[in-house]
Amino acid sequence: MNREEKLKRQSNIRNFSIIAHIDHGKSTLADRILEKTNALTSREMKAQLLDSMDLERERGITIKLNAVQLKYKAKDGEEYTFHLIDTPGHVDFTYEVSRSLAACEGAVLVVDAAQGIEAQTLANVYLALDNNLEIIPVINKIDLPSAEPERVRNEIEEVIGLDASEAVLASAKAGIGIEDILEQVVKIVPAPTGDPDAPLKALIFDSLYDAYRGVVAYIRVVEGSIKVGDKIKMMATGAEFEVNEVGVFTPKSTLVDELTVGDVGFLSASIKNVGDTRVGDTITNAKNGSTEPLPGYRKLNPMVYCGLYPIDTAKFNDLREALEKLQLNDSALQFEPETSQALGFGFRCGFLGLLHMEIIQERIEREFKIDLITTAPSVIYDVHMTNGTQIKVDNPSNLPDPQKIDHVEEPYVKATMMAPNEYVGAIMELCQQKRGIFINMQYQGENRVNIIYEIPLAEIVYDFFDQLKSSTRGYASFDYELIGYKPSSLVKMDILLNAEKVDALSFIVHKDFAYERGKVIVEKLKELIPRQQFEVPVQAAIGQKIVARSTIKSMGKNVLAKCYGGDISRKRKLLEKQKEGKKRMKQVGSVEVPQEAFMAVLKMDDNNTKK
Amino acid sequence: MIKAAYLHIPFCEHICHYCDFNKVFLKGQPVDEYLQALEQEMVLTLNKYPTDKLQTIFVGGGTPTSLNEKQLERFCESITRNLPMSRNVEFTFEANPGDLTTEKLQILKDAGVNRLSLGVQTFNDELLKKIGRVHRAKDVYQTVENAKSIGFKNISIDLIFSLPTQTITDFKESLTQAFTLDIQHYSAYSLIIEPKTVFYNLMQKGKLPTPGEDAEAAMYELLMEQMEKHGFNQYEISNFSKSGYESKHNLTYWNNDYYYGFGAGAHSYVDGWRRSNAGPLKKYMGLIDNGNLPIFQEHQTSKAEQIEEEMFLGLRKTDGVSIAHFIGKFDIDPLEIFKNEISDLIAKKWIEVKKDNIYLTKTGRLLGNEVFQAFLGVSN
Repeated sequence: MNREEKLKRQSNIRNFSIIAHIDHGKSTLADRILEKTNALTSREMKAQLLDSMDLERERGITIKLNAVQLKYKAKDGEEYTFHLIDTPGHVDFTYEVSRSLAACEGAVLVVDAAQGIEAQTLANVYLALDNNLEIIPVINKIDLPSAEPERVRNEIEEVIGLDASEAVLASAKAGIGIEDILEQVVKIVPAPTGDPDAPLKALIFDSLYDAYRGVVAYIRVVEGSIKVGDKIKMMATGAEFEVNEVGVFTPKSTLVDELTVGDVGFLSASIKNVGDTRVGDTITNAKNGSTEPLPGYRKLNPMVYCGLYPIDTAKFNDLREALEKLQLNDSALQFEPETSQALGFGFRCGFLGLLHMEIIQERIEREFKIDLITTAPSVIYDVHMTNGTQIKVDNPSNLPDPQKIDHVEEPYVKATMMAPNEYVGAIMELCQQKRGIFINMQYQGENRVNIIYEIPLAEIVYDFFDQLKSSTRGYASFDYELIGYKPSSLVKMDILLNAEKVDALSFIVHKDFAYERGKVIVEKLKELIPRQQFEVPVQAAIGQKIVARSTIKSMGKNVLAKCYGGDISRKRKLLEKQKEGKKRMKQVGSVEVPQEAFMAVLKMDDNNTKK
Repeated sequence: MIKAAYLHIPFCEHICHYCDFNKVFLKGQPVDEYLQALEQEMVLTLNKYPTDKLQTIFVGGGTPTSLNEKQLERFCESITRNLPMSRNVEFTFEANPGDLTTEKLQILKDAGVNRLSLGVQTFNDELLKKIGRVHRAKDVYQTVENAKSIGFKNISIDLIFSLPTQTITDFKESLTQAFTLDIQHYSAYSLIIEPKTVFYNLMQKGKLPTPGEDAEAAMYELLMEQMEKHGFNQYEISNFSKSGYESKHNLTYWNNDYYYGFGAGAHSYVDGWRRSNAGPLKKYMGLIDNGNLPIFQEHQTSKAEQIEEEMFLGLRKTDGVSIAHFIGKFDIDPLEIFKNEISDLIAKKWIEVKKDNIYLTKTGRLLGNEVFQAFLGVSN
């Protein structure tokens, strides 16, 4: 292609994402758009095609981003090239959302016609506005009996401040309004600007590891062009590579000769490590490249840490390999070896958030078949020592002796919750319980309230979201961002089983809640740890002081006294099941402890609410 | 050689709240057709897997005594016609107290039935009501009385402990009543809550007040102590008898010997194959009508499985596993293949090995399942 052709093509490119709250219909809409642009024959159509990882489909969430190139013949007679870039919907992946939005010029905002705007959507719309994206509001699910499109239209105008008079009324499920959306994309989303002859500037907005090709980087070309054989450089890391292949997803991955301004596609260059292709980094030419990277790159820091230990100690190296493989694909995952007296050798791992943590655990257990003991998640504490030094503690058992500590600071988040009026009381009560500091409350539209609190991240980590959902019957939505550290009166609570301290069960708690939590956790552990051959005292201690105790009684009886009329196979199965259950437990000192017990600290409040 | 046969009558006039055996309400069922199919199954099976003389026959249910007199007579005839019995066969019928009229007792007696197993469960009328039984304590005395007068000399009753709301005192009272009967055998089982029962559903809703693990263990200990005191020998975890009245049929299972299983949902173990029959009546009868054995599932046990089963079944007996018998049967010394497990269990004081026997200690009896599990998945 010569310059003229490139510019002509560029003017017919439209790059956009879809922003939506979970369940508001993003995946279904994406499927419909693929159908409408004939990207797939209906026979190839697999429901919710963009969510390709099993785990993603099971949980109904998008973890990894995908970018699809589509051809659309618009009503003006022109053929347009669309790039639809998928975004994760979960708060753990906010940074990835912001990078994928940075690869677009527009966004389709999908709002459920019955439920209205949710906190998560709002957060992502603001991200989109920060990236100067044009927003196309779509009111989805209008065919639901409970749909109130006019109310939602007002909400979009009042809450976000967008002009929603042109908002498309759609039902992705029923295929209503899809063409209107595509026409608006043509009309409203601007064509990419940029000089195809300038030095290369391409944004990496995602990457994945392929066993044969090495890292595949998902890129958006902003300036210049890129083709096979080009020598390229990663501007943040300085690493240089030679391009092996460039291509686009249609959604099948399809090799092309060249990617130029406005194109969204992929490249591979025998890159061994995802760390070399950091999301947000800019790719340029190795020689005579650009000196100015695209804005917005930052290194991702984990917010939540936990210990991962193989139940079978012989699998330590397998676990290391699993983590290494996962890290190839996920540079936000961090880990380093650690030792626990109770659990042996394992890894302290850092995650973007709780969901990220759960996903990694699940993938290790499923894909690598390693049974894990996971310790309760912790945040990073800033510990100021009496001698003037400062240390960071990401494992509660490493908190120094109280007499050596001047004070401790913990991370706080700004938590934004949106819910119908009637749940304001419940939300505020929950936030107070979680040591929240009230910041602001705004009424939005007739019946919705936006509540803002500052809450210690540690409290968010302890099943805040589940409790929020249950105390608002699922109506509240929630988003948070880290705002920095604040001093807190925190103490370490140790747990003793059979008079032995179990380091993996230690946790850090606010002084004012310590006694209460100590009581709850010893009871919870009593419930979760099965009876042993001997009586096991369970104690919670702060320093030398025991603050709560209970006792797991010794095993009484475990006899199957009935014979099932000769059904020996069944009896055998029952015995095998019992035996299998034991294998899932970890021997800690002389006590067999099941995985759930290590997460008991998370379930404490759950216990409280039931009482 | 197969020496034992179990026959299943899946009909009940009332369904008990804890029962998960294969059973249906009697009313409107094709009982005669079922008895016909059952006879056909015996014919087909004996042709395929012949045997010489059976040592034990056990008719269970369901409720075998829910059959009317005519049906009962016909059923008994089909057994004697098709199953070869040794002269001193142990021929047991399960029965509900209250169901056994003098006429039915006489039919059984005439057919050669020489042992009765009565589903008493408890002597507390309130509890009987709660667990869905329709007989009352007085029916038990009457039935035992009638059976004795007709000439039955080997009578057993079943008791259940750890019933919902049952206290240790309740259970002790039931035992006291039980010992007034002057019978030869007792089976006492602790309640297991099984899926697809009334109790299970109540439990799921949190509405089943069971006595708890500690009370259950206390009741079991009380049971063993009382049985010993009254001269009944505990020959197996749940079974007690006067000397010479051990149930030969039950021992078939614990000795890991072969047995036929006839009837809907019945289980069998023949020539190394464990099989279960189709449970639903229509299915069961349909298979037989087409000339097939009514098999629903079958599994050929591996030698490893047989060895493990020999251990965990045998250990239920007070005498435990005979080492010589084990070696004779499998050509392997159990003390060798289970060396680690056995020394670990001895160290825990759960089993002992003396002369020819490996057996549970008193503590081990309370923790039977812990012991049994140890032998699983080891020998291969």
